[in-house]
Amino acid sequence: MGTAVTHAPAMEDLTKDSKPRHRPAKPPRPAALKRRGRRESLAGYLFMSPWIAGFLLLTAGPMVASLYFAFTDYNLFDSPKWIGLDNFSEMFADERWRHSVRVTLWYVVVGTPLKLLAALGVALLLAQKRRGQAFYRAAFYAPSLIGASVSIAIVWKAIFSDDAIVDRTQKTFGIDVGGWTGDPDLIIYSLVALTVWQFGAPMVIFLAGLKQVPRELYEAAEVDGAGPWRRFWNITLPMISPVLFFNVLLETIHSFQIFSSAYIVGGGAGGNACGPADGSMVYTCYLYVQGFENSRMGLASAMAWLLLVAVALVTAVLFWSQRRWVHYEEGA
Amino acid sequence: MSAQATEMTPAPSARTSAFRRRLPGSVAWHIGSLLVLAVILYPVIWVVGGSFKKSEDVVGSLDLFPGDPVIANYTSLADGIADIPISTFFVNSLTLAVGSVIGILVSCSLTAYAFAKIRFAGRNLLFTLMIGTLLLPYHVLLIPQYVLFRNMEMINTYTPLLLPKYLATEAFFVFLMVQFMRNLPKELDEAARLDGCGHLRIYWSIVLPLCRPALITSAIFTFINSWNDFMGPLIYINEPDKYTVSLGLKMFVDQEGVANYGGMIAMSLVALLPVLAFFLAFQRYLIDGMATSGLKG
Repeated sequence: MGTAVTHAPAMEDLTKDSKPRHRPAKPPRPAALKRRGRRESLAGYLFMSPWIAGFLLLTAGPMVASLYFAFTDYNLFDSPKWIGLDNFSEMFADERWRHSVRVTLWYVVVGTPLKLLAALGVALLLAQKRRGQAFYRAAFYAPSLIGASVSIAIVWKAIFSDDAIVDRTQKTFGIDVGGWTGDPDLIIYSLVALTVWQFGAPMVIFLAGLKQVPRELYEAAEVDGAGPWRRFWNITLPMISPVLFFNVLLETIHSFQIFSSAYIVGGGAGGNACGPADGSMVYTCYLYVQGFENSRMGLASAMAWLLLVAVALVTAVLFWSQRRWVHYEEGA
Repeated sequence: MSAQATEMTPAPSARTSAFRRRLPGSVAWHIGSLLVLAVILYPVIWVVGGSFKKSEDVVGSLDLFPGDPVIANYTSLADGIADIPISTFFVNSLTLAVGSVIGILVSCSLTAYAFAKIRFAGRNLLFTLMIGTLLLPYHVLLIPQYVLFRNMEMINTYTPLLLPKYLATEAFFVFLMVQFMRNLPKELDEAARLDGCGHLRIYWSIVLPLCRPALITSAIFTFINSWNDFMGPLIYINEPDKYTVSLGLKMFVDQEGVANYGGMIAMSLVALLPVLAFFLAFQRYLIDGMATSGLKG
């Protein structure tokens, strides 16, 4: 769970903080001030020493190592051998890799908007204060907590398999495609359904955003004769655009990283397949297969770095597009 | 608004007409909410009902609850999975989850205190780095961390899964706590400083107790995330008696899934129970935590 929207105001707070709140009338002796400052710095670094150690040992260090591995042939047993860009050229030439990219992009492009639409739609419904609102809100949030579990993936596989409820329901409408999880082209939609089912987390954030839209705006618009659609388009949407931005960013980044559900819904007994004919072979599944089943650590590192670059690009584009559609309240 | 206008007029007829006008909206609202609820709850009810069905009926039967419920699925769990009792997986998962919660609470609150309450050189830069790790895909760290822990001969131990929690690498919780601590009244710790309290004292006696809601939210999320975690244990643990519930369940799927479908569904439900219990007990903290951390402190 990220916090990109809060990022900007939070940084502002920080700089505000660092201005002295009550400026002393007479500047104290510089030596004492310096000593105090140094003591404060020491305390600060001591307090955050766990994080600093973690950052160096488990984040920054590994990132550098991973970048190095990306240019090597490394199987865990022999020491890494520098091979330049070979991992990347192998990747681009690999039809299975290209397939995993397509599957992942399709999952992101279909799943994320559907999930956010569901979240926004239900949030608008629940934003009306009516009896049972708190209950519904809690119930709708529950899938976000259990959705990532192996249990739900197993349930999903069963519900979407041949002759189960989804298949039978389709048949009553005359559509007979068999189970989704057994079909290379359809299995990805069962994963889309699984992510849409977890719309509760972005919904809660939308609800919090909707709560902060000043009621006077709606009242004024109503006096001016604006209908519900106009009010939604011209008031609600701009007012919650920061929250919308936050949800789009978060959900997109998360979608790129889908692993467990694809692995379990798609995984049969053993083997290194993700779904029938690689139907649910999402990017991270293939990364896992290459790294941990084929011991191609160098290749898998190269794949991971490409994923990072892709996610960073998407993040950058979203932040860049922000100025066109995200409205931040002055001074809020 | 017209509704308010009618309410101001005391005539009872006006009130009923307002009520009548609002009634369809209310009915539509409840129908809509109940429809969504049905979709949300269906898989959960399905797994409860399915766990009492005979194995051959689990997928094919459309009845949510079987006409002749059987408990054979549950009794079959007593045999364990691959000769390992189910309780072993639960103890393993619980160990990891509780260990993670302690780690997160200690390390993230210390770090958050430094960011929120201490002024020191380089704080802004470190804060930016910390926020940056929030958006970092975990998969970039997966392989080098695995290599690191493998070189330290820590495969098949819980260290690779627990150590990150004790080193505050979960930036989300640091951020949550920073936001919370920034909003505590400054006067409290300023007064304490004037009285000669050091940072450790302020942290322990003033800030931590006031941060209880943020700590509870972090603890619950950590517990649930650790319980659900699949990829971490999948990579680091390969001795079945050290498996977590998630891995045990996956092993069930691979080894007995077809032969004992009902047992697999029963085990899925049992594996979900701790998370569901946590949710029912603490849903307020979870939802409020989500809402506030997503917006503003």
